[in-house]
Amino acid sequence: MAVTGAVLLVFVVTHMLANLKIFVGATALDGYGRWLHSLAEPALGHDGFVWIARVVLLLCVALHITAAVQLTRRAHRARPFRYRHRRPVLGGYAARTMRWGGVVIALFVVYHVLDMTVGVLNPNGIAGQDYRDITASFGRWYAAAFTMIAVLALGPHIRHGLCGALRSLGVPIGRGRRVVDAVAIGVAVTVTAGFLSVPLAVLTGMVR
Amino acid sequence: MRFTLRIWRQRDRDDTGAMVSYPVDHVSPDMSFLEMLDVLNEELVRRGEEPVAFDHDCREGICGACGMMINGMAHGPQRATTACQLSMRHFADGDTITVEPWRARPFGVIKDLVVDRSAFDRIIASGGYVSVPAGSAPDAHALPVSTSSAEASFEAAVCIGCGACVAACPNGSAMLFTAAKATHLGLLPQGQPERYVRAAEMVRTHDELGFGGCTSMGECTAVCPKSIPLDVISRLNRDLLHGQP
Ligand code: SF4
Ligand code: FES
Repeated sequence: MAVTGAVLLVFVVTHMLANLKIFVGATALDGYGRWLHSLAEPALGHDGFVWIARVVLLLCVALHITAAVQLTRRAHRARPFRYRHRRPVLGGYAARTMRWGGVVIALFVVYHVLDMTVGVLNPNGIAGQDYRDITASFGRWYAAAFTMIAVLALGPHIRHGLCGALRSLGVPIGRGRRVVDAVAIGVAVTVTAGFLSVPLAVLTGMVR
Repeated sequence: MRFTLRIWRQRDRDDTGAMVSYPVDHVSPDMSFLEMLDVLNEELVRRGEEPVAFDHDCREGICGACGMMINGMAHGPQRATTACQLSMRHFADGDTITVEPWRARPFGVIKDLVVDRSAFDRIIASGGYVSVPAGSAPDAHALPVSTSSAEASFEAAVCIGCGACVAACPNGSAMLFTAAKATHLGLLPQGQPERYVRAAEMVRTHDELGFGGCTSMGECTAVCPKSIPLDVISRLNRDLLHGQP
């Protein structure tokens, strides 16, 4: 869980930073896309790097979901009788929404790949025209809304996931716990804000 | 004070059990929750009914025998307090109070509010000990222990094995208990030889017994009557990773 989550987090942060290129302009964004596809081309051929990354990410997603399903099933098996009266004492929002938030994120990722990568659900959908794909997609309010819902689910997921992953690795102890918590919130807020900015910018006409 | 109690009644392990409501009167605000149950039981005995079975021993918050879900919270609404130390003044006159046994598959209900916590003994038996050469008592200062280790160890060692952490955990995990028992030994020189084997063995037994996996929800530490911090779980994970080949 921790290791696959870490890989996915690195990807998510990179993806968020790359998205911000949209504010520089169409040439910058599309240029970045071309660069990414040609990365390590002499060794791996065109798109080689991208395909390796896709396979690794897909593997991480599969393992991440498998681990989550296993934990959920263990939890159900460990408490077959439910309490008649149950009040969460602490139950932080982030901790409680890991499972359903994860489902929302997974569904979004499927849609997002069909929209932006494969292009079949995109009104523009032309490879290499990343900028136009994005503006065309988020020009539809429901696509922008779905994206923003998924991003808002992702924030708490990262926050709790980062804390939990570090605990699995034995990191937060004593005062370190506060530091870890602050870092997790910082990363979560930055990623959420970064991802929200693109659909918001398209919706408000800042980027067109 | 008077209350309406909704209590889980179950004749034996095989009974399906059900919630039963009882009115209870003449409760003083100074009574503990268990004393309030005593008042109810006296009344039930007078009427010729079966009294409500619940575990208790010291009644001063140190043995870990008592424990029940009170209004959906392990040991009731007061933080860092066992059910036996919870006083009735924390409830409002006329309240309806729901009382249920701990719920986890490894903790079977024996009768009413009494659950079988021998699963904890099995976790302890699998590694929660130190091996020391028997013989004459060692010199008091033969083994130096740093203040920070002593304090961290003691913070974990105050676990009374009540099971509230399991009862409150949405995953039904006993990781707080297991980690408290593993790390209070692992922080002291006497616990070093078996340190990493202990961590691995205790977690393996924990999982085999059917407790759920920890997802860092933090419910356990919130209800723990001894306020054991989640730090113990970090320490246990550290020992687990260290012990891996
Ligand atoms: S860790 Fe706390 S809640 Fe769990 S058994 Fe020990 S004292 Fe009880
Ligand atoms: S009866 Fe001993 S801790 Fe409550």
